[in-house]
Amino acid sequence: MTALFDIIASAGLWAAVLRIATPLIFGTLGAVLSERSGVLNLGIEGIMTFGAMIGWLAVFNGADLWTGLLVAALAGGLFGLLHALLTVTLGLSQHVTGLGITLFASSLSYFIFRLVVPLASTPPTIVPFQPIAIPGLSDLPFFGPALLTQTPPTYLAIVIAAILAYVLFRTPLGLAVRMAGENPHAAEAQGLNPVRLRYGAIVVGSALMGMGGAFLTLSAFNSFFPTMVQGRGWICIALVVFASWRPGRALLGALLFAFFDAFQLRLQTVLGDLVPYQIFLMIPYILSILALAVMARRARVPQALMQPYRRGER
Amino acid sequence: MRLERRDHRPLYLILLAPVLAVVAALAIAGILIALAGAPVLEAYWRILASAFGTRLAATETLTRATPLMLTGLAAAVAFRARLWNIGAEGQFYLGAITVAALGSSALSALPAPLLVPVLFAGGAVAGMLLLLLPLWLRLRFSVDEVVTSLLLNFVAVLFVSMLIDGVLKDPLAFGWPQSLPVADHAQLPKLIARSRLHIGLAVAVAVALGIYFLQSRTVFGLQSRAAGLNPDGAVFAGVPLARTLVKVACISGGLAGLAGAIEVMGVKGYVTTDLSPGYGYSGIIVAMLANLHPIGVIAAALFTATMFVGADGMSRALGIPTYIADVTVALSLLTMLVALFFTQYRLRR
Repeated sequence: MTALFDIIASAGLWAAVLRIATPLIFGTLGAVLSERSGVLNLGIEGIMTFGAMIGWLAVFNGADLWTGLLVAALAGGLFGLLHALLTVTLGLSQHVTGLGITLFASSLSYFIFRLVVPLASTPPTIVPFQPIAIPGLSDLPFFGPALLTQTPPTYLAIVIAAILAYVLFRTPLGLAVRMAGENPHAAEAQGLNPVRLRYGAIVVGSALMGMGGAFLTLSAFNSFFPTMVQGRGWICIALVVFASWRPGRALLGALLFAFFDAFQLRLQTVLGDLVPYQIFLMIPYILSILALAVMARRARVPQALMQPYRRGER
Repeated sequence: MRLERRDHRPLYLILLAPVLAVVAALAIAGILIALAGAPVLEAYWRILASAFGTRLAATETLTRATPLMLTGLAAAVAFRARLWNIGAEGQFYLGAITVAALGSSALSALPAPLLVPVLFAGGAVAGMLLLLLPLWLRLRFSVDEVVTSLLLNFVAVLFVSMLIDGVLKDPLAFGWPQSLPVADHAQLPKLIARSRLHIGLAVAVAVALGIYFLQSRTVFGLQSRAAGLNPDGAVFAGVPLARTLVKVACISGGLAGLAGAIEVMGVKGYVTTDLSPGYGYSGIIVAMLANLHPIGVIAAALFTATMFVGADGMSRALGIPTYIADVTVALSLLTMLVALFFTQYRLRR
């Protein structure tokens, strides 16, 4: 018991929670934005992989870290554009196009990476983002080292969550995006353009997904390896439901999820001899499924989610 | 310019769509090959030669096509009823490990004609159960099965990893995590001597024909189609939606589990965590390329296997990463979606 308490009371755990949560925050916010406009983007796993690869590659070739992050966002946006073209303009099945983009983006990531970086026993590395201590606040006991010594993208993710919450629920633009997701025909009648709104939401959302992937290679690790996203994109899709399509709750959900993940990592060191390590690794995936089962019935799905919109066609 | 719905879908367009899709995917992949600095036509020629140029290569390609046919059918059957089974990879592994467990147990004392069907059934049931869980979550809690079936892939692979590192670990494998081997007489006979090609291929083709019969000639086939086309309308017309979906899930998950079983019994004889190079995920593409048609799955699986086997040889010869195969196959899924769209719509000025 004391071992468990020590884990929870350690500043290291809470610092890890924020670090683990960051890619999930980016990805979930991106998916929230996209789904609020009425389009499911199952391409997230692939877009995150591509963002991780291209961001790393940019920095490896001499760009600075912020440029790397920007490149990842642009690449994510491009895949978003492809997704928008297929689902909004052509009205294809959002399930299947998303899966197609995931398969295409991840295999393209591996291809480009292998093309530039030949197989070696030790993968080449970059110098990643370093933690920044917020002056004054990081000197606080416990909270300082635990929460306020993160790398810049983590702070950025939290700021973006706040901005997205504000834009979605406090501005006319946010209302328009939500209308496109609830009832595009009514939105059209109001003089709005659901097609353009959906395009915008998907592209910006996918850019956020790309940044979430880039966090992995530019902050969390310093190299790229093919299976590094490891289902984080799919967990984001589950977190969207858990968050009831709200940015604030997306932030909370990602943190809660990251807490369990960080906790199980440390629990392994205590219980590792008694329980096979695979059990611990299963926990994040099982938790996501449980979260979906608990929240899905209560959640209010955007009414037009997954419904293609064509002018004059019902 | 605007899009206009066609009054009817001409048959020649439906047949042409997969061909155009593959050509378009190969053309885009050609740009990537050119950017990588290799001669494009020679690259394609090497792919074809490496996949079919020798007897060994051809049997290898057919061996790779076998699990792809089964996972492709698993996806095609489910997608047709709009049951989004993205969990074939996990179902494959669960089927495989079940066969390793049963085939190395006291049960293996059974004679081959009894043991082989028992193992097939065991693998299929394991795959079935893994898909019934997401379906239950959908019917009971209205949870979208895309994410749940997919997340279970990770759980299944970790579960297999735990077993082959634990109770099912082969003590004779020099410490490598691999499962106990299935009994020798449970291994599938070869179709062609001195190759890896086994009768699993014949099983997969027979299953495809069986599914075709089921879908085109039975009430169940009609019901599963109706469930996919318009679930509300289907319920109104008296289709028992939940029961139909359960049947579809049993077939889909069962086929993915069977694919794992056959891969163990036909090729390796034991299970490792790299038994499948993504057969479950590639099955989705195979199904889409076949336009969810069971006979089309045979051709689509052959195309996909050709790319995977051929790219290895091409990669060695020209120094292009072998991932170009995955890129091309994934691209063909996207181009197929667009091609299918234009069987339904046309561009008008």
